[in-house]
Amino acid sequence: MAYDKFSKITSPAIPLPVENVDTDQIIPARYLKAVERKGFGDNLFRDWRYNRDGSPKTEFPLNNPMYSGKILIGGKNFGSGSSREHAAWALYDYGFRVVVSSFFADIFKNNALNNGLLPVVVPGEFLQRIFKTIEKNPDAEFEVDLQKQKFTILESGESVEFEINPYKKHCLQNGLDDIDYLVAMKDKIAAFEKTK
Amino acid sequence: MEAKTLFDKIWDAHEIEKVKGGPSVLYIDRHLIHEVTSPVAFLGLKTRGLKVFRPDQTTATPDHNVPTTNQHLTIMDELSRHQVDMLKRNCQEHDIVYHDLQTDGHGIVHIIGPELGLTKPGMTIVCGDSHTSTHGAFGAIAFGIGTSEVEMVLASQCIMQPKPKKMRITVNGKLKKGVTAKDIALYIISQISTSGGTGHFIEYAGSAITSLSMEGRMTLCNLSIESGARGGMIAPDETTINYVKGRQYAPIGKDWDEAVEQWNNLKSDPDAVFDTEYTFDATQIEPMITYGTNPGMGVGITQSIPKTEGMEGSDKNTYLKALQYMGYSEGEKMLGKKVDYVFVGSCTNGRIEDFRAFTAFVKGRKKAQGVTAWLVPGSQKVEKQIRAEGLDKVLTEAGFELRQPGCSACLAMNEDKIPEGKYAVSTSNRNFEGRQGPGARTMLASPLTAAAAAITGVITDPREFL
Ligand code: SF4
Repeated sequence: MAYDKFSKITSPAIPLPVENVDTDQIIPARYLKAVERKGFGDNLFRDWRYNRDGSPKTEFPLNNPMYSGKILIGGKNFGSGSSREHAAWALYDYGFRVVVSSFFADIFKNNALNNGLLPVVVPGEFLQRIFKTIEKNPDAEFEVDLQKQKFTILESGESVEFEINPYKKHCLQNGLDDIDYLVAMKDKIAAFEKTK
Repeated sequence: MEAKTLFDKIWDAHEIEKVKGGPSVLYIDRHLIHEVTSPVAFLGLKTRGLKVFRPDQTTATPDHNVPTTNQHLTIMDELSRHQVDMLKRNCQEHDIVYHDLQTDGHGIVHIIGPELGLTKPGMTIVCGDSHTSTHGAFGAIAFGIGTSEVEMVLASQCIMQPKPKKMRITVNGKLKKGVTAKDIALYIISQISTSGGTGHFIEYAGSAITSLSMEGRMTLCNLSIESGARGGMIAPDETTINYVKGRQYAPIGKDWDEAVEQWNNLKSDPDAVFDTEYTFDATQIEPMITYGTNPGMGVGITQSIPKTEGMEGSDKNTYLKALQYMGYSEGEKMLGKKVDYVFVGSCTNGRIEDFRAFTAFVKGRKKAQGVTAWLVPGSQKVEKQIRAEGLDKVLTEAGFELRQPGCSACLAMNEDKIPEGKYAVSTSNRNFEGRQGPGARTMLASPLTAAAAAITGVITDPREFL
């Protein structure tokens, strides 16, 4: 699936200081019935964002006009639970390009990277500092530099380096995915099959 | 030669190459697909102008959103029907074996794989559902994947994966009466937490594990993912081989003998090193029940909901939020809490042994008034077996009825939704907020604990009746 090339993003962030945000919350199962990859952003965090009658829950950060941006700051163990890739699509479709947490569930992390959404792991303490920064100033900006693998709180200049697998980094920077890679090595795969 | 774990042996035999500074290209022996996570993948193939690379290594069935009553009729929900139709059409177009509703091979993907003999020791198996870890019970590397990865496997029969770390969980000792594989799993997760297994692939070992039946092993491996692990596995032995023998897709004759010889070598070398090791004592495990909104929030059934003492900041807030959702308070006893719904089914506990256990328990007793029970066999074969053994009659006499196979209230994508605010004891695998329906409150437990709740209408220690 084609997605935008990723280089550097400067943006305010939306805080979601909740731990163990599972993919059932990111996109509830009843919204998985589409057969295309479109429009999942509308139902992102559906049950946290809207009341049963469809009216928005004003206290939820995504509904708070104070917050905006392409970066989501989540609590520890973000993306646990179901392997549904729709979670990554929904975040991307809503407009997020980066999710920051002190810890991500494995499958979610993979799914995110496969879909142009950058998961940034920062130390727990630093995560709290990001939350505090936004609490004081909802317009505070952050910079995510993929090339340098650096996340910066622009107000204070504090920054941390984050890890990313070099291959995934290459893919993100070029808007490529794994399928391109695998399809190119079909002969090798067929040769491998003969040895089994 | 370097000592290897069981996981290493299977991984290494399937690794085609390691991308420089990146993941491995891993060959996949069996790909299972269902209606929810495959349509976008097929669409992706089409966009790229590709065909399915190895259709005969792909098996399909609709399970996630199918109704569990009146399966002979057209599916009422339009979107669900559309997804199922798409799956059928995609399979026709790409020559993939499709097990339709009401046919002998239909059921939850992770139940039909083993039943049909598609799941065998030493294989690599993937599916766009996280509980693919179930198949690890046979000594296979099996794990859940996302839709992009489904597309990858359709396109190339390979997947790109970083090699995970290895963990061994040893459980020694004899399980007490009334304690099942489900309780071992919930106990382990309550001990190591829902992120304790992250980055790892688990091998389960020890006398408590090897004495489990194949069904029990599948329940345990199924729940591996709830500890955050990529999957779980158990070395194949007599129990495994006896289970596979004679199944539709099991090898026969000389092939069988050769296969068995190979399977007998599938075990971790004695001096193999694991990145992480845990050891537990089976005699310490009680029937378990969850009280919160993730599978790690479980306690022995006679215990109380843990207090927040010692918790701080966001940990404490998250904990209290979970209790608030459940309508519980810290320190309360779980025994005696009200139960509105009981769900027996899912790829965790929807196999014949689970229905035998449930039925034996309720035999001669009556379902409590006010409890709605959904008993959903994991597959057509399970349903047939239930009828063949006459369990359905016993269930009817006790006031229960049987539904038709599918995932059902495990993820409530079909009509089987627990109403808002209601309490359900469920044999499935996830108690997340809204997992079983918006506002539903789930308590995960074994089929025995579910049976005890179904006949008393409250959380009850099943051992009182055994
Ligand atoms: S029963 Fe639940 S966990 Fe199992 S395959 Fe179906 S939805 Fe997934």
